[in-house]
Amino acid sequence: MLETTQSIVSSWLAPGYTLFLFVQFAGVGAFAYIVARRMLPLVRAQRDQRFDRPLERLQKLGKYFFAQWKHPRYRTAGILHILIFGCFLLLAMRAFTVLLVGVIPAFAILRGEAGHFYEIATDYAATLVFLCMMFAIVRRTVVKPARYEVPAKFGKAHKADAIFLLSLIALLMFADSLFEAAKGAGQLQAGELTHFSAAFSLPWLLKVSLASAPVAILQRLYFGAYLLHAVAFYFLLCYRPFGIQFHVETSLFNIYFSKLDKGTLKPVRWGVSDEQLDQVKSFGVKTFEDFTWKHMLDFYTCADCGRCSDNCPANAAGRPLSPRFISIKARDYAFQHYPMFGRAGNGKPLVGNIFSEDEIWSCTTCGACEEECPLLVEYIDKVVDLRRGLIDDGKVPQSLQKPLKALESRGNPYGKMEKKRGDWINAEGFKQACPVKTLPKNSADTLYFVDSVTSYDDRMQSIGRATARILNHVGENFGVLGAAEKDSGHEVRRFGEETLFMALRDQNTEAIKAAGVQKIVTADPHAFNALKHDYKDLPPVEHISQLIAREVKAGKIEFNPVENKDAVYTYHDPCYLGRHNGVYEDPRNVLDAIPGLKRVEMTRSRDRSFCCGGGGLMLFYEPKEEERIGVKRVRMAAEAGANVIVTACPFCMVNIEDAIKVAGLEGKMTAIDLAELTEKQIARAVPAAEAAAPAEIHEAVLSGR
Amino acid sequence: MPRIFAYIVHRNGVVDDSAAELAAAATKIDAAAAPTALVVGSGAELDAVCAALPAGFAEVWKISNEALAYPNAELIRKALLKVVPANSLVLVAHEHFGIDLAPGLSIKLNAAFVSDVVGIEGVEGNSLKLVRQEFGGQVSAHVKCDASSGAVLTIRPGTFKSEESGISAAPVVDKSSEIGPLTAGRRYLQTIVPESGDVDITKHAVLVSVGRGIQEKDNIAIAEELAEALGAAVSCSRPVVDAKWLEKSRQVGSSGKTVKPKVYMACGISGSFQHLAGLKGNPFIIAINKNPKAPIFQVADIGIVDDILEFLPELTSKVREMQTVSAK
Amino acid sequence: MEILVCARRVPDTSENEIQLNRAGNDIERDELVYSINEPDNYAVEEALQIVSRVGGNVTVATVGSGDDEEILRREMAMGANHGILITDDAFAGSDGRGIAAILKALVQKGKYDLVLTGVQAEDGGAQVGGMLAAMLDYPFSSLVNSIEVLDRKLKISREIAGGEKEISEIDLPCVLSVQTGINEPRYVGMKGIRAVASLPVPNLGAADLGVDPATVGASGARVTRVDYFVPAAGKTAEMLTGSREENIEKVFELVAAKGGLK
Repeated sequence: MLETTQSIVSSWLAPGYTLFLFVQFAGVGAFAYIVARRMLPLVRAQRDQRFDRPLERLQKLGKYFFAQWKHPRYRTAGILHILIFGCFLLLAMRAFTVLLVGVIPAFAILRGEAGHFYEIATDYAATLVFLCMMFAIVRRTVVKPARYEVPAKFGKAHKADAIFLLSLIALLMFADSLFEAAKGAGQLQAGELTHFSAAFSLPWLLKVSLASAPVAILQRLYFGAYLLHAVAFYFLLCYRPFGIQFHVETSLFNIYFSKLDKGTLKPVRWGVSDEQLDQVKSFGVKTFEDFTWKHMLDFYTCADCGRCSDNCPANAAGRPLSPRFISIKARDYAFQHYPMFGRAGNGKPLVGNIFSEDEIWSCTTCGACEEECPLLVEYIDKVVDLRRGLIDDGKVPQSLQKPLKALESRGNPYGKMEKKRGDWINAEGFKQACPVKTLPKNSADTLYFVDSVTSYDDRMQSIGRATARILNHVGENFGVLGAAEKDSGHEVRRFGEETLFMALRDQNTEAIKAAGVQKIVTADPHAFNALKHDYKDLPPVEHISQLIAREVKAGKIEFNPVENKDAVYTYHDPCYLGRHNGVYEDPRNVLDAIPGLKRVEMTRSRDRSFCCGGGGLMLFYEPKEEERIGVKRVRMAAEAGANVIVTACPFCMVNIEDAIKVAGLEGKMTAIDLAELTEKQIARAVPAAEAAAPAEIHEAVLSGR
Repeated sequence: MPRIFAYIVHRNGVVDDSAAELAAAATKIDAAAAPTALVVGSGAELDAVCAALPAGFAEVWKISNEALAYPNAELIRKALLKVVPANSLVLVAHEHFGIDLAPGLSIKLNAAFVSDVVGIEGVEGNSLKLVRQEFGGQVSAHVKCDASSGAVLTIRPGTFKSEESGISAAPVVDKSSEIGPLTAGRRYLQTIVPESGDVDITKHAVLVSVGRGIQEKDNIAIAEELAEALGAAVSCSRPVVDAKWLEKSRQVGSSGKTVKPKVYMACGISGSFQHLAGLKGNPFIIAINKNPKAPIFQVADIGIVDDILEFLPELTSKVREMQTVSAK
Repeated sequence: MEILVCARRVPDTSENEIQLNRAGNDIERDELVYSINEPDNYAVEEALQIVSRVGGNVTVATVGSGDDEEILRREMAMGANHGILITDDAFAGSDGRGIAAILKALVQKGKYDLVLTGVQAEDGGAQVGGMLAAMLDYPFSSLVNSIEVLDRKLKISREIAGGEKEISEIDLPCVLSVQTGINEPRYVGMKGIRAVASLPVPNLGAADLGVDPATVGASGARVTRVDYFVPAAGKTAEMLTGSREENIEKVFELVAAKGGLK
């Protein structure tokens, strides 16, 4: 059917040769011009290092582009898209062929049996796409999934445009089908058709209905369908770069160039080392051109699907942040200020124009948005870059200025004295039962990096003591830095104060090197992430949950059964342990190793875990929100049927314990840290007097603290 | 001993409480002589003030002039310079007006200046031995002031209690003619009164007052619940207003409202004098604060060292529990 | 408009526990964190905002020693155009009047339209601004919480009792002492501070300013602090020492007894 030189239809398009040639050139030319204009801001953008490690990038391409890996996370839309995408890939060659046939009548890529097989496959593919379009239109107009809605503050609804595009694609499929049908009917009447065709496909249905149409009609239909197809194709091609459909072209590149290392942050400037940084006059993103080309490509690639915002805890709480609209607003800015004709760029600051300050400070950097996005659009680096710009300009909320100043002068956000940082190891009772070494005046193999909240917060010190007891129990030769330790600087960096972060990092690195340890363990996922990804040249770091899981497996930790038969436990994945670092199973394995422990899973768990509200500096920020993020999370635990929330992060503990009170669930819900629970349940051979005093934690759990 | 003058603050014909306090402070310097009251203003209102002065003054100097109808520190200073003799001691209350007037007055009088005096220990030759506070009241300091060319002192309100009672019988001397023409580089235009919020804290008998110790805006609800259970209102100290957690109309203090409740619960309030300056009428003060060294414990009747974020909800439960009991 | 802000470096009360030293004659200064006096920081921010509206320069000056230079640099990192350190052994031990006299000499050396100070520092003096104005014969206002620039004068708002605002007009040049909360000071990041680390900060002494050392310093001071002390507890609160439950019982009883229950 694709071989038309000897066919009756071979002359049917001849009259339109010049017209078709014009349409091809005009279409391709226009598209090239449009894409070139779209690339203009990328040329002016900051550089980005995305050309390394091609093998890993190709693997990602395979998984996320070709295998559409993230799509099924939203089942209906996911399946729909996989079908459409698969069919599009299949149809690509066909579309190409159909276009060229108008100017090169003999053109065909596949011939013979292969060609025939391809023809049948693509007939069904076009039909499937057509049906999917209809389904999608119905979904948009009748079902109206919530994540597509546009809140009033973000402008007009996108529905009309979406339906327009869906209709255009349906039209394209229809034109293609009509084209094939007209040809098929003509060939059928001429007795040329000898082989099996795609029964009940759209082209087949149209062909059947045209089977006895006069040849003159068929000729006109053939010509008209061709023209309709060509015009629709080129219109779509040129229209796509003006909206979300541009992702059809950019997604392959966007996924190929996507970030390879989770939990890391983009440097202030790619290619500028820390030492050279004082030559950079302006930090962060202030104007649109301060973004890197890859971030601009992200804006073009966003398909407005809303999955990111649907999972964003700040958005759920009613804060001004919606990640989807970070992309859409920036994209619209690019469209407006880099038009097809005329002057490009206006150099105005973004925050205060398309973004509000609160919008940018609201982000907890939990990573749910990035985890969800099928196109691998990145958000955290952008938010951090925008914050760097705000910090550079001094535009920091007063509530954050105090802890930042305290971090600078005292190395902790609470403003407490440096020399008291190690005092938690001297608590009465504890210091006798579990003496902790301070490094480097002593020496040890392992450093327990405590970080600020566990060192200074009265409640969280119990996590520190539980961790120390566990390390003691398994015979780890460890010590702490005590007053020489400074805040890890994890949130300092993510709130955009890069220079202060580097100062903290350098001080800590020096102290750690002086301590001469072979490995580092911490009970604080933020410190864990910082030491692992933000710091350089340190011994290997692990989180306490990984250590406990390993020791449980090795048999070095055995557990007593739970005493409270009514306790139902659920594990809340901390963002910086789970999503950013992939540690999901170790904590669960530890819990499951405790005899008699009943554990349930919340709907949002593992990489879909719902942030507790954020840690570090986020605890000082005063957001405008409708309901606290932590309160939402605690309700999720209650819904799952749990009455004890286990977490492995002191900031999660702060937020969750607070939320339990605010939600009015005191007495009905408690929270406990994994280290605390482990320590409480460890089966000890040593007599009780010398062993740890579990009363501290037990009481804390029972009293709902 | 140099002659002692006391500047009298008045508003709308009403004499401020500080007048009696200044008289009391003066006796600490010179037990023998009573000070001269300086009453500055205009019109009939001024006469009403002169007639209403508390006992403790030897003489009242009245300075009346149209230009002084509204207390403008610069104009008043010019007037005072014409009548106050050299080497005098001038006492002024340490509040908004005093802060505006006194330092500049001391320069023009070529007198020494000590502000916010909380204690007068005595006189040694030409030196005054005084007590002040620093670092928000965390430490006190003994201060020596060379008053050989006179001195201007601002006295902290509420620190000196008058032993006398009744109205002054001191003669009023009209000094209005001595002051000459008055012009100033600062001219009063108007006063803006803040919009009253929905709650008037000055009308409540019981106040649950929160300070920095409440830690964040969302925790204010804890205080509101207790207030609701008690039929009280929530008030606060300045830092809470600065952080925009409550409106200005809830602020108790020298730059906020003056309240006279029966019971005042100071929750997480350190007790700076600017805050306490807004508390009048000797209420029963219950202070709850995590810091056992908080200055509030110097002035409270009952003190509890505890975390207000835990104490208040439990107190609320108790109150509610007892109310249901008594309702049965 | 040329604005001079007179600032001071003080122990940061929010990040320090103030205690007496062992000798009992001063506070323990070893582990104190110092920063610019908070109201002075608001004054610098206000000056920067005024200058961004009407043009001009902001100079920040302080009377002290080499240690005090850090606050000048911090305010320059914030945006101030110049920093001046006034330092001379002769100035040590100056009382408020002495400081004002030194600052008067500085003001007269330059041509400033507006002089700002913070309303008070950690010693609660609240005096230098008013004294400086009187020495210069400039109009003055304390407790300023809003400044609007008009032609050769300002419209200011002053904080008075009950949260009310007193609105006045004041001629330039004048001196104002600025209250906290007048604005929201911008953040000064570490990067900014490093960037100004090597900018020159002129040091001016008694001779540069033409100040007679006899009138300032310890010898010229009429007010001296003799010592610091913690007063013996006079009438203090009756501290409840029971368990929380017991304390709550007691509080409830007392509130009821004092007529505090509805």
